[in-house]
Amino acid sequence: MSQDIALQVNNLRVSYKTGDQDVKAVDDVSFKLYAGERLGIVGESGSGKTTLALALMRLHKPPAYIMGGEAILDGSDILALEREEIRQTRWSKLSLIPQGSMNSLNPVIKIKYQMADAIEAHERGWSRSESMKHIAHLLGRVGLPESVAEMYPHELSGGMKQRVCIALAIILEPSVIIADEPTSALDVVVQRVVMQTLNDVQAQLNAAMIIIGHDMGLMAQSADRLAVMYAGKMVEVSPISSFFKDPQHPYSKLLISSLPSPEEKRELAGIPGSQPSLLDLPSGCAFHPRCPVAVDHCKQVIPELRDISGDRRAACHLVEEQAS
Amino acid sequence: MKQAYFIRRLIMFFVVVVLAATLNFIIPRLAPGDPIGAVLEELRARGASTGGDAEDEIVAAYRARFGLDQPIYIQYFRFLFNTLRFDLGHSISYYPQKVEAALLRSLPWTVGLLAISTVMSFAAGSFFGAMMAWPRAPGFMRRFVPMFMVLSAVPYYLLGLILVYIFAFVMRLLPLGGAYSSGTVPEMDLDFLLDVVKHGVLPALSIVLTSVGFWALGMRGVMVTVLGEDYLTLAEAKGLPDRRIFFAYAMRNALLPQVTSLAIALGTVASGSVLVEVVFNYPGIGWLLYNALRSSDYYMVQGVTFFLVLTVAVSVLIVDMIYPLLDPRIER
Ligand SMILES: Nc1ncnc2c1ncn2[C@@H]1O[C@H](COP(=O)(O)OP(=O)(O)OP(=O)(O)O)[C@@H](O)[C@H]1O
Ligand code: SF4
Ligand SMILES: [Mg+2]
Repeated sequence: MSQDIALQVNNLRVSYKTGDQDVKAVDDVSFKLYAGERLGIVGESGSGKTTLALALMRLHKPPAYIMGGEAILDGSDILALEREEIRQTRWSKLSLIPQGSMNSLNPVIKIKYQMADAIEAHERGWSRSESMKHIAHLLGRVGLPESVAEMYPHELSGGMKQRVCIALAIILEPSVIIADEPTSALDVVVQRVVMQTLNDVQAQLNAAMIIIGHDMGLMAQSADRLAVMYAGKMVEVSPISSFFKDPQHPYSKLLISSLPSPEEKRELAGIPGSQPSLLDLPSGCAFHPRCPVAVDHCKQVIPELRDISGDRRAACHLVEEQAS
Repeated sequence: MKQAYFIRRLIMFFVVVVLAATLNFIIPRLAPGDPIGAVLEELRARGASTGGDAEDEIVAAYRARFGLDQPIYIQYFRFLFNTLRFDLGHSISYYPQKVEAALLRSLPWTVGLLAISTVMSFAAGSFFGAMMAWPRAPGFMRRFVPMFMVLSAVPYYLLGLILVYIFAFVMRLLPLGGAYSSGTVPEMDLDFLLDVVKHGVLPALSIVLTSVGFWALGMRGVMVTVLGEDYLTLAEAKGLPDRRIFFAYAMRNALLPQVTSLAIALGTVASGSVLVEVVFNYPGIGWLLYNALRSSDYYMVQGVTFFLVLTVAVSVLIVDMIYPLLDPRIER
């Protein structure tokens, strides 16, 4: 894996301002995304994954506000770009496979024009016929027949729509792709195949990719590194093999032990207790009410996400620093 | 697939028309007495009838003349056949003028005034409504909301009266009513056209002003929903220019339910025209109906009513025919 950094996120904070309280959906999140790598982000529903993804593309809508931090892509901070600059950055450098891809295509426009739109918006200087050739080629690459170009979204199955979204995401060959639960609406068999397609095109492009999901099995299939989110914070970031072999954070340990076997796929489940409300977070480490090894100190001091070995980070008072 | 859809729509259209004609046949016959008896009553009241054998003979003659001596189903099929040929009988007040001739003479005025102002109001209202929901629209756009709410609560004939009072009566800028100045001969020259436009301004304005709010507020509601759709997020993620997102992704989808309402609005244009045409003395269908009602012109009323149903059916049919072009999902 090359160590060039494709995207560096520092201390990103995003809040939903509801009433007079701030819901800190993304709280002081920092991570690096290396060129060409696949970073998985897992976490229970409501832990802030989509909020993070949308904020990175500046697609968050009120009541969501970015409260601080930076996201450096290609030398400039996405969060500080002007409107027109962010418009040009979107898709050409940073593309999205949104959560809910089922409804992500405009129902009244043919697939080929929805794809051509992305090309025209970024003035690649291609002729109409060049664009159409490129589109047909991309559809082939994600395993769709060329005839899909002439169709409307309602004529496609869920898996086909998902493939269209994948083809769309690579149309301008961005350096970073964010895939927010790219397969969660599909059935199990199709999930694997679509995920494989996504991995293949990403690898051919050598783009860096963030894959958000619940499914540890799919993560094991795809990700190079895994980040775990809990209540708006990243609590562990580890290479995928060491994560499964030797999870560090107590929450990660519970995640792994709730999996029947490393090969079997399953949704995150079977962890005692429930995720706290973001409106009323427990003091100190937000995980302490559910943590089997919590000590008094945990209730008072928030643990920092810190390096515990060369390539692993965790946010827990009890995780010892290791010599790597 | 598409053909089946069109054929279904056409069949629906004919069913509606036949049903309307049938109702037109049944309803008058549900009333006690018959048309001839009613005429006789009136004659007696004026002392013009003596009763007795002579009268019975006259009654029999009239019954034969209007086919009322035939069995009811023969009467029905004859009526249906005539109606579908658009033979709506004779006006009583202006005998022997045909009802359909009077209708055709009034139609261009109603279509010209009401259909045009309805379409204008639809276009302007939909655009305004879409802008009012658009988060990056200029801030003053949102200030139109209360204004539209007030305007759409004012009945248009009332606004019409106010406009007439101000612009025609007090300021004398525009004519008080009518479709063209009395004394001019309807001709296709520039002077006459200008005259017609001048006469159309106030009625059109009262319709546009009071209905534009309806379209704007409706559009704003749909637009808010569409703006929350996933395909809008993706459109923005693609880095499309605002203009493209607004027209091709947001407004294009939000217009679909509006178009259905437009069909209904256009269909009710003629019936809705009664008050406007009465206020402005405008010689359209509404004016025709109003006068027919006042003079108990039985066949004329029946003819106009049937025609109103026909306009609703026709405009729904037209919109049904273009809708698949707007929404590719419709053929399923
Ligand atoms: N529009 C909103 N207004 C207020 N709070 C919101 C809003 N949208 C999300 N939130 C809060 O932000 C938190 C994070 O939501 P987010 O959608 O990022 O979660 P997620 O990790 O993507 O969950 P999922 O796995 O279900 O997709 C949630 O706990 C929710 O309470
Ligand atoms: S900091 Fe304490 S409560 Fe939090 S995970 Fe570690 S041990 Fe558990
Ligand atoms: Mg999500």
